[in-house]
Amino acid sequence: MNHLPLIIKREYLTKVKNKSFIIMTFLSPLIMIALIAVVAYLSQLNNDKQRTISVLDETGYLKDVFQNTDNTTYSSLNGLDLETAIALVKEKEDYGLLHIAKVDSLDDISDNIKFYSEESPSLTVISGLERRIEKRLREMKLQKDGVTLEQIEASKTSIDIAQESFEGEKSSKIDNVVKLAFGGIAGYLLFMFIIIYGNMIMRSVIEEKTSRIIEVIISSVKPIQLMMGKIIGTSLAGVTQFVIWVILGGVLMVVVSAIFGIDMMQMQTPQQEMVNQAMQAQGAQAMAENMITAISNLPIANLIVAFMFFFIGGYLLYSSLYAAIGAAVDNETDTQQFMLPILMPLILAVYVGVFTVIEDPHGTVSTVFSFIPFTSPVVMLMRIPFGVPLWQQGLSLLLLIGTFIFAVWFAAKIYRVGILMYGKKPTYKELFKWLKY
Amino acid sequence: MNDLLVADSVSKNFGKFKALNQVSIAVPKGSIFGLLGPNGAGKTTLIRIINQITMPDDGAVMLDGQPLKPEHIRDIGYLPEERGLYKSMKVGEQALYLAQLKGMSKSEAKSRLKHWFEKLEIGDWWNKKIQELSKGQAQKIQFIVTVLHRPKLLIFDEPFSGFDPINANLIKDEILKLRDEGATVIFSTHRMESVEELCDHIALLHKSNKVLDGKLNDIKRQYKTNTFEVGLQSNNSDVVLAEIKDKFEVLPATFRNLNDDIKLNIKIEESISSNDLLSFLATKAEVHHFVEVIPTANDIFIQTVKNN
Repeated sequence: MNHLPLIIKREYLTKVKNKSFIIMTFLSPLIMIALIAVVAYLSQLNNDKQRTISVLDETGYLKDVFQNTDNTTYSSLNGLDLETAIALVKEKEDYGLLHIAKVDSLDDISDNIKFYSEESPSLTVISGLERRIEKRLREMKLQKDGVTLEQIEASKTSIDIAQESFEGEKSSKIDNVVKLAFGGIAGYLLFMFIIIYGNMIMRSVIEEKTSRIIEVIISSVKPIQLMMGKIIGTSLAGVTQFVIWVILGGVLMVVVSAIFGIDMMQMQTPQQEMVNQAMQAQGAQAMAENMITAISNLPIANLIVAFMFFFIGGYLLYSSLYAAIGAAVDNETDTQQFMLPILMPLILAVYVGVFTVIEDPHGTVSTVFSFIPFTSPVVMLMRIPFGVPLWQQGLSLLLLIGTFIFAVWFAAKIYRVGILMYGKKPTYKELFKWLKY
Repeated sequence: MNDLLVADSVSKNFGKFKALNQVSIAVPKGSIFGLLGPNGAGKTTLIRIINQITMPDDGAVMLDGQPLKPEHIRDIGYLPEERGLYKSMKVGEQALYLAQLKGMSKSEAKSRLKHWFEKLEIGDWWNKKIQELSKGQAQKIQFIVTVLHRPKLLIFDEPFSGFDPINANLIKDEILKLRDEGATVIFSTHRMESVEELCDHIALLHKSNKVLDGKLNDIKRQYKTNTFEVGLQSNNSDVVLAEIKDKFEVLPATFRNLNDDIKLNIKIEESISSNDLLSFLATKAEVHHFVEVIPTANDIFIQTVKNN
């Protein structure tokens, strides 16, 4: 008797009709968007803030360095002594005082610059000041050696190395960014999916135990059918929720940015500023074109197929373990001791993905971790946009499927025994014994 | 084939613990079979093996002459001791789901459910959630779900727990009715008075072994001690008492009756018939009360468990 469709249907409908599930489905995107909007608004507010920085330059070398910008006004206090200047700045409630002490030679200046302020100054402000001073000092040193300003200007070059593979495929730096984004999104999506819906499966197994319905059910269906039905039903509910999130999130994003006129993409962080500068240099149009070629350069078909296989494989692998944990314990507080061994490889995978794959997508570490079944779904998904030979993908998938089958067998064993055990908090040793029952 | 279910030297180990040791039982068709035993004797393990929830390490179980196979699940209705329902699911939906898991079609399940709901006068519960019902009410649903698919074999593990006396009686009558309609019932309980009322056959498990089985009446016959409970009235009771004590083995007895009697348990040898005893007593005093002491299921249970 195959009851799998029936079980899947029940699991799916119970999840989807659950009040808190419905609330979360529709509230989460709202909360997310609201958060993003608040952050964007605040950072804009922060950028709009006017600040005055007083400069006391006793050397006179750095006269024209400090030009007023949109947010920052520089006021010169030259001629005052340091103590008076500090008192004055305090009284004016300026952001701070930049003091360049009197020195004999150009070389000593760098050691005699200080910034006085009420609170510790922001990193961006300080590094901005440093950049300006460094540039001026370098120019002055060069000038001292007889190089003219024009020569210095003329010596500035900007390099953009054109990349081309042996097969003649052109690519650019933007390509890598796009690849990283695709891989990163895919990997992170899987990670989130496993954690959210794995937990949901675990809770639903525990619920069956605590409500004592399990023995009634298990006298009608095989435990493994019940387990698989649970996993599949919950996953389908998960996919439903995810799709709604994406659609709703997208719509809300558009609506919110239209209403508040906040350009969400323009959140000014220091890194982004630099990226923006680079982009401006290239020209927005060229940039957009590059982006499109970059996306079309991706191995799209491979990406989609691999995403499906690794996503499903990785998710099923982990969720069967979650189901086993749920079966082994009586309540959610007892799950902690078993959660760590599951979360460790998952977190490791994300770390490897974020740090190593970006650095070197085909290096030893990345390659090895894209074969180990517990990390391979995340790491491989991050690697694939950079082009992974099909045999590697195949082998990794084969290992994943093998491990998945083993994990389901293992989980089903634990599940079969565990669901009928009440009132015990099992140890690892006991779990091992269950395998032999 | 008169036995619906036969378990033949079934053994089951959990690690080093032996849960069942070569246990054999035979449940006759159309009987109510009491599966008794102290806590941890292995009753639940045996029941789970019959339900194919766990597999025996050794031995075989036959249902209707065939070795147990997955299809037999729909021939069995099982009400476990540890039972419950999905709390947040509606009564009707849940009953339909469980019935479908037993292999019934949705429409068939629905019409039979309606019938049962009317019979037990709970028709208005259909759209309630289980968590809105009381424990006894939920138990009713559970009972209906167990018997809905008209199984040949019904297994009840402590079916009356959680019921008030009225509902317990209702369920008891339903069980008897199902038996009369041809179902065979395995009944596991610690409440000996319901064993007395319901069971035709019993088997007693103790420490993973079967220590006793057979027809309840046969077992009682085996365990009877030829003792009679007697109430006498006489003007000189001391003399009468001395005479009886002289002739028979006498124990004090306690029972309730209207007169201020001499109350005795008199044990006689097998060669003497009850009539002989009665006529002897009649010559000595006025006999108000004369009953053979038949061991109760409770006595048998305690005695057997203590002796093993």
